[in-house]
Amino acid sequence: MELFSAHEVSKSYSDFKALSDVSISVEEGSVFGLLGPNGAGKTTLIRIINQITAPDTGTLTFNGKPMKADDIYRIGYLPEERGLYKKMKVGEQALYLGMLKGLSRREAMRELKIWFEKFEIISWWDKKVMELSKGMQQKVQFICTVLHKPKLMIFDEPFSGFDPINAELLKDEILRLKREGATIIFSTHNMESVEELCDHIALINKSKKILDGPTLNIREQYKSNIFDVAYKGDFQSLEGKIGTRYAILEHTEQARNNTLKIQFSEGGNSGALIRDLVEHVEIVSFNELIPSMNDVFIKVVKQNS
Amino acid sequence: MSKIGLVLTREYTTRVRKRSFIIMTILMPALMAAMMILPTYFMTQDDTKERHIAVYDGSTMLLGQMESNQYTKYTFITKEAYDGLKDHLKDSPYYALLVIQPNLLNTNTVQLVSANNIPFDVKNQVQNKIKSIIEKEKMAAVIKETNIPDLEARIKATKTNINVNTIKLGESGEARKSSTEIGMILGYVFGFVIYMFILLYGQMVMQGVMEEKQSRIVEVIISSVKPFELMMGKIVGIALVGLTQLSIWIVLGFMIVSGARGLMPGAHHADTAQQIMAQTQANMPAEMDKMQDIIGMLGSVNFPLIIGCFIFFFIGGYLLYSSMYAAVGSAVDAQEDAQQFMMPIMLPIILAILVMMSAIKNPEGPVAFWFSIIPFTSPVVMMARIPFGVPIWQLLLSMVALIATFVGMVWGAGKIYRTGILMYGKKVSWKELGKWLTYRT
Repeated sequence: MELFSAHEVSKSYSDFKALSDVSISVEEGSVFGLLGPNGAGKTTLIRIINQITAPDTGTLTFNGKPMKADDIYRIGYLPEERGLYKKMKVGEQALYLGMLKGLSRREAMRELKIWFEKFEIISWWDKKVMELSKGMQQKVQFICTVLHKPKLMIFDEPFSGFDPINAELLKDEILRLKREGATIIFSTHNMESVEELCDHIALINKSKKILDGPTLNIREQYKSNIFDVAYKGDFQSLEGKIGTRYAILEHTEQARNNTLKIQFSEGGNSGALIRDLVEHVEIVSFNELIPSMNDVFIKVVKQNS
Repeated sequence: MSKIGLVLTREYTTRVRKRSFIIMTILMPALMAAMMILPTYFMTQDDTKERHIAVYDGSTMLLGQMESNQYTKYTFITKEAYDGLKDHLKDSPYYALLVIQPNLLNTNTVQLVSANNIPFDVKNQVQNKIKSIIEKEKMAAVIKETNIPDLEARIKATKTNINVNTIKLGESGEARKSSTEIGMILGYVFGFVIYMFILLYGQMVMQGVMEEKQSRIVEVIISSVKPFELMMGKIVGIALVGLTQLSIWIVLGFMIVSGARGLMPGAHHADTAQQIMAQTQANMPAEMDKMQDIIGMLGSVNFPLIIGCFIFFFIGGYLLYSSMYAAVGSAVDAQEDAQQFMMPIMLPIILAILVMMSAIKNPEGPVAFWFSIIPFTSPVVMMARIPFGVPIWQLLLSMVALIATFVGMVWGAGKIYRTGILMYGKKVSWKELGKWLTYRT
């Protein structure tokens, strides 16, 4: 079921076009990756979803109905540029942010207790934010984002500012939230985490959406018929036999198995490739290379600029 | 609780709990009190140093008449002793040497020589003593001449004090006793309070906005609260902080003043108290009259109108300026960048306080009139005029202009604020600010 959608959303600032006719659809319970180079318009779209700014044209729906002001209580937002009141105490501040998201003081208190215990940071409650390290502040900030159990969570570059250990902790937490049914919009440059976390992505470049689909389909779509083959046999003779029909991109000769990266051109297929290989060598393994999100990203963005 | 209420509560509670706020709130009246009380206290403290003053009376008019008191002893010396003393005063046991020339009646001048700095009190004492002796002597001479034994009493009876009661004709023609002094004081106090409040708390609004922007918390907040609500919550919250401080100061001020009044007389040496009494005795009836007059005139002042106007112009002026401060705070990344925008905000308010000074002297002149209508200066200048009475149409015109301007300003500031708080790393120009006004939400 669709939880959120944006339909042909456009936004400009004076003569600068930040978004033009961008549509996305976010399934309930999925992790939606919002990708794009710096300045592509991701943050503008995220701010529109958060009702920080309104689109010039286009419509938004939440839970199947046109988005209304109250829906903001069901969204949790962790912006890329984030911070806390430095001189305010941690607990007090978390309470304030929770109450701003519509929780009563009692509810906010109860939820905070749970989260603080889970992250083992109860002792921070009466500390001022400025006494905490950057990573510690990020943890508090994360808690404040999810405190009110939002249906839709938006994380803009959530891993920036975390050390690898805490980044892992955060990733686990995001995956756990997903398992518990949360819907997440996830904006990042970190393509590894996109492969790991996102079910669906949309790529925005220069205010336009240029790619949209399930992560696996997209990688599938951008595969370029390259295969990783391990075999027993002589490379020289193999190259002599099939080198004209296939492009051999890379090869190594090792004691046990030789390997090569091989690509068939337009009109070929993997079946024919296997048959051709089997004729000359003994195949140990045969894998299609699926491009990483990183490759797809670079390829698509370059194509479009 | 509504969201604007939450914002307001946070602004208020975090500020009034700040150590700097508590210290300022308590220290300020204490400082004021110290400034008022200490000098008076020290002045009424007895000077307990024993001083010997040698008197050489060349005129022989005062011989034997300079009575010593507890701490200051006068010793008359002969010409020979004087000649010996005048160059060796430093080594003599005398504190000072009072030299009276034979032609005292012509010059009205005596010399008080000392190796030390002569305190004001000692000089005063000598002056008063000689003055009363000479006056007495002159009086005796005149009585002798004219043969009027009760001359002194008669002359005293001719002393008259004239009070000028300024009467202002009201709209309906009834005469009202008014007072320029009271008007000036009230006008000055109210105008100045508004001026200080705008300056101090307007800046606080700007600092608050900049803090939110610099700490980058603002984006989190405005994903739950509308930027306008955040801005207004802050402005109103800080206004309440200021009002809290102001009321504490007023209460503490009353306590200190009444406390000081209870403390002043009687607490010190009876001697000094008597001295003060003696000094004021002559002016007593006049003082009494004055007090009654002041009370009467205070009664004639239209306090409900003044206080009502004060509250209106206070709120209007504060809203107008603090929304400008908020807009500036939102537009800049750092304090240094704020300077170029601060100047145009500070100028009118500083101008207002300058115009106020002249408006108090001439509340109906064209300068006072125009500046009390123009919204940027009206909160201060109009307050200075109101105690003197202002035609109702002028008051209404000024109020309407102020309302229209602050509504417009709050609206415009809201627009700039909304764009500004999310804008980083950009040196903002006036032109840019103008552009932001046209952005759609």
